[in-house]
Amino acid sequence: MRQSTNNSIFYNVDWITILIYVLLVIMGWMNIYAAVYNEEHYIITDISQKYGKQMIWIATAFLIALIILIIDESFYTAFAYFIFGFFLVLNLAVPFLGREVKGSRSWFRFGDFGIQPAEFMKFAANLALAKFLSNQHIKISDYRNTIISLIIIGVPMVVIKVLQDETGLAIVFVAFIITLYREGLSINYLLLGFLAVILFVMALLVNNMYLFAIIGALCVIAVLFVKRNAKNLFIIAVVGLVACSMVKGTSTVYEHMEPHQKVRIDVLLGRGTVDLKKEGYNVNQAKIAIGSGGFAGKGYLQGTQTKYDFVPEQDTDFIFCTVGEEWGFLGSSVVIILQLVLIIRLVFMAERQRSPFSRIYGYGVASVFFFHLTINIGMTIGLAPVIGIPLPFFSYGGSSLWSFTILLFIFLKLDSHRLQILR
Amino acid sequence: MNQLSDRKYFIIGIFILIGLIYIARLFYIQVIDDTYKLDARNQAFRYKTEYPIRGYIYDRKGKLLVYNEAAYDLMVLPKDVKDLDTADFCELLGITKEQFLKKMKKAVQAPNSPRRESIFEKQLSPREYASLQERLYRFKGFWVQSRTLRKYPKKIAAHMLGYIGEADKNITEKDPYYKDGDYLGISGIEKTYEKVLRGKKGMRIMMVDVHNREKGSYMNGIYDTMAVSGKPLTTTIDADLQEYGEKLMQNKIGSLVAIDPQTGEILAIITSPTYDPNLLVGRARNKNFSMLLKDTIGNPLFNRSTMASYPPGSTFKLVMALIGLHEGVLTADTRYPCARGYPPLGGRPKCHPHASPMDLHGAIGTSCNSYFSYVFKSVIDDKKYHDTYKAYQNWRDIAMSFCLGTKTGSDLANELRGNVPSIKYYDKVFGKGSWKASTVISLGIGQAEMGITPLQNANLVSIIANKGYYYTPHIVKAIGGNENDTLLDRFKVKHYTKITDTAVYNDVIRGMAKAVEGGTAAGLKIEGIPYCAKTGTAQNPHGKDHSVFVCFAPIDKPKIAIGILIENAGFGSTWAGPIARLMMEKYLKGEITRPDLEKRMLEGDLIHKGKTTEEKTTH
Repeated sequence: MRQSTNNSIFYNVDWITILIYVLLVIMGWMNIYAAVYNEEHYIITDISQKYGKQMIWIATAFLIALIILIIDESFYTAFAYFIFGFFLVLNLAVPFLGREVKGSRSWFRFGDFGIQPAEFMKFAANLALAKFLSNQHIKISDYRNTIISLIIIGVPMVVIKVLQDETGLAIVFVAFIITLYREGLSINYLLLGFLAVILFVMALLVNNMYLFAIIGALCVIAVLFVKRNAKNLFIIAVVGLVACSMVKGTSTVYEHMEPHQKVRIDVLLGRGTVDLKKEGYNVNQAKIAIGSGGFAGKGYLQGTQTKYDFVPEQDTDFIFCTVGEEWGFLGSSVVIILQLVLIIRLVFMAERQRSPFSRIYGYGVASVFFFHLTINIGMTIGLAPVIGIPLPFFSYGGSSLWSFTILLFIFLKLDSHRLQILR
Repeated sequence: MNQLSDRKYFIIGIFILIGLIYIARLFYIQVIDDTYKLDARNQAFRYKTEYPIRGYIYDRKGKLLVYNEAAYDLMVLPKDVKDLDTADFCELLGITKEQFLKKMKKAVQAPNSPRRESIFEKQLSPREYASLQERLYRFKGFWVQSRTLRKYPKKIAAHMLGYIGEADKNITEKDPYYKDGDYLGISGIEKTYEKVLRGKKGMRIMMVDVHNREKGSYMNGIYDTMAVSGKPLTTTIDADLQEYGEKLMQNKIGSLVAIDPQTGEILAIITSPTYDPNLLVGRARNKNFSMLLKDTIGNPLFNRSTMASYPPGSTFKLVMALIGLHEGVLTADTRYPCARGYPPLGGRPKCHPHASPMDLHGAIGTSCNSYFSYVFKSVIDDKKYHDTYKAYQNWRDIAMSFCLGTKTGSDLANELRGNVPSIKYYDKVFGKGSWKASTVISLGIGQAEMGITPLQNANLVSIIANKGYYYTPHIVKAIGGNENDTLLDRFKVKHYTKITDTAVYNDVIRGMAKAVEGGTAAGLKIEGIPYCAKTGTAQNPHGKDHSVFVCFAPIDKPKIAIGILIENAGFGSTWAGPIARLMMEKYLKGEITRPDLEKRMLEGDLIHKGKTTEEKTTH
């Protein structure tokens, strides 16, 4: 199958994607430097500082990318399940073997450096999902296959959330819903999910009695416009009842939540009074930093809100604040657009694959990137809940950078062999 | 399969939609909504006021009267005070926990507030500051603001210089330049020349981090403004003369003002009792202030030289003579009788025994009450006016052109107007048309409702010395070394009285010269310097007469004119005269030829009973 005339590892590699990747990584590094800039250690390669460490992470990431391109593409299809199993075991083990850092049991530590196996679960799960769905005999419209797919996604989620208590890392797996949708998951599921989310939100914002009245009214209208046979009436009645019980259920669950969880929901929905010194502090400070950047920003290294620690976690989850503050609306837009260009390019690349495995894997990469982008930037500008997940290529941290690099470069490797059909 | 691949459009659509929503949101919070920019500035910037150096004050010869000493105020912004180690903090400041809580309470309660910076501890010494500064960063919400305190090396002219104090709410509301706790001139020339002395505040923008630690100046200081130092003032005061005069006046209640008639410059302006201006500086100020307030007899805070109104008494007879001569109802040879009082009104106003009748020179020399009552009557009943009111108005206008009953317009703070009663006033007291010259006859001898300040008194002497004109008396000679500052222009304008005929003045001056040659001031001659004087007593309804003396020297080209009044000291030649004489000699000769007189004046104590040495002098 291999075209023996082209043995170069870079043969047929998508250089545009690599270019965007390198651009984002460098921009990220520059922003980490600005976010934790320290006049006493102004050299960007000073490895006692986070920007120096990030340089090491970047260098190793490039090395990993190279290794991935060297490894034969059939390795990823052949060992997909094995890789999935390996990382699942690692994630199961880390709470017991790893060292506790800030109450979190998700790290393996080696001196100054640490590795979070949960980050690597993403590409592993993506491989497994691609492997499963690319099976010729699999039709996702069969609900049993849907369930298996959801297990591949759900098990890592549960492990990471329950055993490691890493909500951010766990919730990312929701992103694979996009892959499933592309592979044939009924749009009705997504619509139902979407409606359910709206119902949940409404249940918390609007008096439940009004909601019951509205649901009732909608049911009556539905009855007037459909053929009034027993089946339709039954469906309408069930939908109405389910909706009402969801509303009631949401309210009840909310009432029984821990105060700090309630507060997070309140902050996002703008419910009640939010104390900007406590629960609302992070988001408010993030908004101040970004908002104060203005149209063109304060200039590189001229930010005050991030550099002087007003914004918490300004180098990791809130790295976008530095972008917003120092580069302003222009810079923020450029970053969002560049990230979207990469994601959309991945979608197009996925679509050009002859191999379903490569396509499914590609969609997975795009979905994960998109999910990170949406939640991370969304939380800094008050449009998404505060969930601690990194901004791809920008947030400080080796595990996430390695994880995104691996995700991307496996796909680039697969893409370079897009004319083959891999299983 | 074909249908499924179409789903990519929906997926890409969602991606782009989210992207657009985010960019729109960013546009809103970054470009449209300004509140975040304000919030950022409020928390990351600290605006530090740079206080300018207040201008120094010098005497006419360049001797330093007022300079500055550094002091440091410990400031607090209560809302920023967090996680304070109170015990540590108290130890550093050397205060108890109770004191700390009291001070914090004061900083939080109205008119202060948690969101408003206020002074926690006032005026720390440079030493206290040094030990504090190193460790202050640990206490969030506290910082040190450097200020300057006024110092007075010579301890003189307290009233003239005035003092500075903190701006209160009234001031900060009126003038936004001042912030709570800023210092500004409250009295004296500190007040009148406040804008010159204060300079201009500067502003530095410092960046701070979340722990309130300073992180350097914003944008390398391109938005900072520098403080502009206040300009120094050169006063017209002769520090040596002022100091000498204050010594002579000690233990006496009264005031002395000496003016250079040729320029209107005030050479000395003394209020007695006075106080050491250093007392009203720094942390001891309030204590000292109430201590000075307690002295109700001497009332040292009362600035008599411009704020006390005394009946001019005999001094006014000089003006009466000028008006009589000017109006043509009097000549130097006019003689009037005296029967130990004014005969037409049965001996009222009363007079002391002396030869009678006398001509004008004799009347000035003896200060005859009867004589000047006649003159007053002849002026008011002057046929050419046909009407008492017109004549009175004319008399009053002339008197006021000598700066009586009207402010001199000097640059001294808080000047009293004094009083020359108006027609309206007498109409109210006596009824319209029911008063005439004899009703108000004691105006002619400077009594009745008349009132003038010691400054007006001295200015009056200047006018006579100049024969009809004066320059507005003033205390500042140069601003920032520049004598031609536009603020001083108004002191270079000659003001003429309504009597400009020098011959008229010569008659009066001759009479005053006679007083020194062989009259009431004969015992106070200065060798080699013939001068003019007029002794007087001002009747005081509350007690013993005030001792009054006016003089100028030398007769030709006068260089110094003095008006002095000592309360309840009796005849003018007893206390007021000798002091004025010594002052003139000191100023003109630089040495004293009558140490006996000097000793008596220095030792004389008219405040503390029992120590007074009564002296017999010729009247």
